[in-house]
Amino acid sequence: MDTEMDQIYQIDVGNLLAFNPNHRFSSAPSSREELVKECVTEGTKLVQAIADTLFNFPSTESVDGPLVQLPPPTTKLPREKHLPRPKPPTKWEEFALKKGIQKRKKDKIVYDETTDKFKRRHGYDRVNDDNDIPIIEAKASDEPGEDPFAKRLDDKKKRVDKQQKNRLQNLKSAAKAGALPSHVQLAASALPITGTKAQPKKLGKEELGDVAGLAATSTASGGKFDKKLPGEKPPKKQGKHHKYLPVVPRYGWVDEEKEQTNKVLGKLLSKHSHEILNVGKAINMYNDKKEKKKSGRSDKLKPKKDITKKKPYANKAK
Amino acid sequence: MGQVAGKSSVMMEIRTPKTHKAKRVLEKRAPKLVENGKKTLILHGTKTSATVSSVLMELYRLKKGGAIKYSRRNENIRPFESGGETSLEFFSLKTDCSIFVYGSHSKKRPDNLVLGRMYDHHVYDLIEVGIENFKSLLSFSYDKKIAPHEGSKPFICFTGEGFENVQELKQLKEVLTDLFRGEVVENLNLTGLDRAYICTAVSPAKVFLTHCAIKLKKSGTIVPRIELVEVGPSMDLVIRRNRFPNEGLRKEAMKSSKDKPKKKVKNVDQDDVLGKLGRVYIPEQEVGKIPLPDKSKGVKRERREGKVKKNKEEGSASKKLKESE
Repeated sequence: MDTEMDQIYQIDVGNLLAFNPNHRFSSAPSSREELVKECVTEGTKLVQAIADTLFNFPSTESVDGPLVQLPPPTTKLPREKHLPRPKPPTKWEEFALKKGIQKRKKDKIVYDETTDKFKRRHGYDRVNDDNDIPIIEAKASDEPGEDPFAKRLDDKKKRVDKQQKNRLQNLKSAAKAGALPSHVQLAASALPITGTKAQPKKLGKEELGDVAGLAATSTASGGKFDKKLPGEKPPKKQGKHHKYLPVVPRYGWVDEEKEQTNKVLGKLLSKHSHEILNVGKAINMYNDKKEKKKSGRSDKLKPKKDITKKKPYANKAK
Repeated sequence: MGQVAGKSSVMMEIRTPKTHKAKRVLEKRAPKLVENGKKTLILHGTKTSATVSSVLMELYRLKKGGAIKYSRRNENIRPFESGGETSLEFFSLKTDCSIFVYGSHSKKRPDNLVLGRMYDHHVYDLIEVGIENFKSLLSFSYDKKIAPHEGSKPFICFTGEGFENVQELKQLKEVLTDLFRGEVVENLNLTGLDRAYICTAVSPAKVFLTHCAIKLKKSGTIVPRIELVEVGPSMDLVIRRNRFPNEGLRKEAMKSSKDKPKKKVKNVDQDDVLGKLGRVYIPEQEVGKIPLPDKSKGVKRERREGKVKKNKEEGSASKKLKESE
């Protein structure tokens, strides 16, 4: 056990860090200035210790001054982000591994037999360009009336769409493993509002046009005098909509006019005719008319009659 | 590009950056084996005192290259409460800052400073200190020649057994190292060493922090004699509350990969017979496109020289005329 103070400092040159674990303040410092002075002296000793090791490193001369190679820092500090996680293999990579397919490097310039020239593989004026094929020979399996050029374009479109779908699936599995490449972001572009999995239907042009027409029919004049917005098309069926029944019924069809009148008659003469006619209301109206006829004067000058004395619903049928 | 997912009910879209600059920014912020230096976010709460606002300002100045200072007050940030960290985490995500310094002032906790660190943009650990006896850097007078330059790598010194024995002080030591360290560099220019942070554990709950400039004096050996002059802010930090990092999280954060990514050496081959071979690329010499000499009238040498001669003659002629007069 050393009786003197252990002067070994813990130095981390990589961080230019020094720690003196053994300093003890001998007594409570008298003033703040004393304390500050003591701290600065101790600090100087530590910095000197680091500088001792630092300046003894082999230095290379550069424009700005002597450059020294620092060793890696020894104090362990926590990282700010997680370590990069390994990316899960894509569907194709798994398949290739299973089948033992090797990657082959492709040249940028390829020999084109049709024109006996060296052409690039991708880009302007490329080898085997789809648009350059002048004639496609018909095969026995082809249907008549099918356009082979359109079919080629269609096939290509399908292939591209399939590839995009596969790419999305690969990225999703990578995102699940937490290894999405840094420049890619997967974002939800639209969320279904309905409980079912159906996509919300967007209103088409025709449907939007119909809405304006619907509002027009609710007006008395049938939307004839409504102010129109610029660019709004005239409504499909203008004016009031009347349905006129045919005077002479069509052969084999029901006589609609007859049906109409029969319906009304039936309602009036039916067993439950009292339900159709509000007898109480009819009596009220009759009484009121009689009263008004009797008195030539207006009701305002006359003292108001006591309504409670009347029994207007005496004859109400039950 | 919009894509339709077959099975899920949510439409997923793949978003990639449209410019090279955006791509570079995203790559810079991605998790890497060897990380960039930690950036600091400096902000304050609802109420700040003069001390706190000057501390925050000076800290920002000291860390100029790697710090972002927010000037508005943030009412809903309470680092020690469970729900009060969401804003901090959001800011950390947006500015890519892993250390934050949050200043506030209240009757219960006057001149309060919360130093915190983030792991994966979630709070890793926190330590709350109170500021006492603050001396601003404007109050120090010194020879301006030794003033430290912006962004120089500092020396960091800790003195006192408290930093080893007391857990809170140990944490403070780590946080201060992280805060002041800056970038980890391989090559250091010895003329650029001009600042030092001195932290002394005055008592088990109090740390004296000061910032000094370094004066290198001649000594007999290669190693110069160091002299420290107090320049910067100095303050007493009193430990208040703290939160240690979660053990599991700490283990994960301290994990480091031992292997260094091998840099691919291009255009060099090893041959058994010939030894080391290199490939040299010469650009295509398009003889037809070599710039031809400038044959415009005024530039031709005979014309230029003729002009010079003419001027000389005229000059001498005029001189003669003058002399004769």
